[in-house]
Amino acid sequence: MKNIINREIPEFVEGYGKVIPFAGAFTTLPDMQRQAPKVKTIKPHQSKLVASLERVFKDIPVQNGMTLSFHHHFRNGDGVVNMVLETAAKLGIKDLKIALSSIFPVHAPLVEHIKNGVVTALDTNYMSGPVAQAVSLGILAKPVVLRTHGGRARAIECGQLKIDVAFIAAPAADEYGNINGVQGTAACGSLGYAFPDAQYAEHVVAITDCIFEYPLAPVSIPQTRVDYVVKVDSVGDPKGIVSGTTRITKDPVGLKIADTAARVIQAAGLIKDGFSFQTGAGGASLATAHFVRQMMEQQDVTGSFALGGITGYMVEMLEKGLFKKLMDVQGFDLEAVQSIGLNPNHLEIGADYYASPFNSGCTVNMLDTVILGATEIDTNFNVNVVTGSDGVIMGGSGGHADAAAGAQVTIVVANLLRGRLPIIVDQVLTVTTPGETIDVLVTERGVAVNPRRDDLKAQLKAAGLPVKEISDLKALAEQISGAPEALTTGNNIVAVVEYRDGTIIDVVRQVEA
Amino acid sequence: MGTILTTAQAGTLESSDIMITVAPAAEGSGIVIELESIVMAQYGKAIRQTLAEVLMEQGIKNAYLKAVDRGALDCTIRARALAALGRAGAVSKGEML
Repeated sequence: MKNIINREIPEFVEGYGKVIPFAGAFTTLPDMQRQAPKVKTIKPHQSKLVASLERVFKDIPVQNGMTLSFHHHFRNGDGVVNMVLETAAKLGIKDLKIALSSIFPVHAPLVEHIKNGVVTALDTNYMSGPVAQAVSLGILAKPVVLRTHGGRARAIECGQLKIDVAFIAAPAADEYGNINGVQGTAACGSLGYAFPDAQYAEHVVAITDCIFEYPLAPVSIPQTRVDYVVKVDSVGDPKGIVSGTTRITKDPVGLKIADTAARVIQAAGLIKDGFSFQTGAGGASLATAHFVRQMMEQQDVTGSFALGGITGYMVEMLEKGLFKKLMDVQGFDLEAVQSIGLNPNHLEIGADYYASPFNSGCTVNMLDTVILGATEIDTNFNVNVVTGSDGVIMGGSGGHADAAAGAQVTIVVANLLRGRLPIIVDQVLTVTTPGETIDVLVTERGVAVNPRRDDLKAQLKAAGLPVKEISDLKALAEQISGAPEALTTGNNIVAVVEYRDGTIIDVVRQVEA
Repeated sequence: MGTILTTAQAGTLESSDIMITVAPAAEGSGIVIELESIVMAQYGKAIRQTLAEVLMEQGIKNAYLKAVDRGALDCTIRARALAALGRAGAVSKGEML
């Protein structure tokens, strides 16, 4: 069958189940109760400290076929996932589903665990590196479920992703299970993506290398939801967890795109008191913050909040009074980690509060504008951030589709050509974010506005921005580099791409080896 | 002209460039093109065609050509191919212009 954006998807996917086709960004409504884990109790003075992971596995007990969840704030420095899976393999446990909010190159040992049958299913919002490559070549019999950050929170809350055991990588914990991410040697800042896991899992295990005296403060995840505390030698490599200062790009094309994106925000009339903003840490996205900041300073504007993954640059804007609050679901650099620990206006928020579509209001809904990237965008403004030009999985939505849906003006920034490849195509290989939620595409050679937003188009034209039709921008790129041939993929489905509401927006098909 | 006298190379492995090596081939062995590209799926055929065209335009009947492409545009591919052929003694500077 075809979903509403004309993507060919099966009605039933082996290993996933019945497919609910994507029907529009706000069309499919919830019809269920929130799921609830079993109620527990603990006797006074009973200890939660457990000597080893092996012991925890036996106490729970972890059994074949269970779903184990993890959060990704340790990024490419994470040691916890590998440690837990090694324990599972050692104990001969099979058929596990791993619900890890993002998968990085450091998680390469997962490939072996998949080959050995320890792991037979993956559920994630982003994947890159050896695991993503192996999945793209069909290593798993069941397709990977690719979600958005908000969609994962929704799936946990609504009972579609049932977690048996949540393993929370904890930079700091006390013996009674209070956790935060701002203290300890592996401080990573916000623990927001682990909040739903801690709230809804049947069993919650804190894994830490720094035990503090009871009671720990501040508390991100409370003792009331944590069943076991395990001390290990090291939870990960701090160098892979946080980077040094995130710098603004020096690439002149990136800077031109960023400058134009800031002018789009200005022309849309959004640079005024109360302005709210989200941007990523990479290339032209972060550089846009730099140009927006100059406008805010010149016009003496105070914004209300900046949202999302937080970098040192946003911290600086908070400290200079350009934003009143930062709402932080994940810290990207040392400055962000330090700030969330010290500044009361730098708030830690959970994945559900950030972006889940099925609650009484998530924060992306309050955004004026968001700056997003794209691997490809089609002439209907559908965006791919999952598969690369070779058809291999190299990313995922993360918060892309969530922020795009929530913001009043969603801006995609991208080079018109990446190497020889035009960024604009007739059909993206995989749709992650539907075109109806994208308002403007900014490239170095012009700006395209979604035909749904004629109001915005008029504003941008009036401001003298280089507004062009998206099809004209596509033709311009092809004049330079020639029209690319379409990639051919096989029929085997290696991943289903769930939109934030749980419908299927697209599938990823296997590439040839 | 039209005969490759020696092995020669032009181009780099930088992004948006192509490194082309040409080597002499025996009479009657024809044109052999070996191509590696980061955009093989999208432009592999187009790159081979461009390379074959350049060789044909220069009247070269026998050659071994290896190209390692990092997403070069068509004009770059032509320029690098011509430069490699020039260095190999197959094309004189005047003919290139």
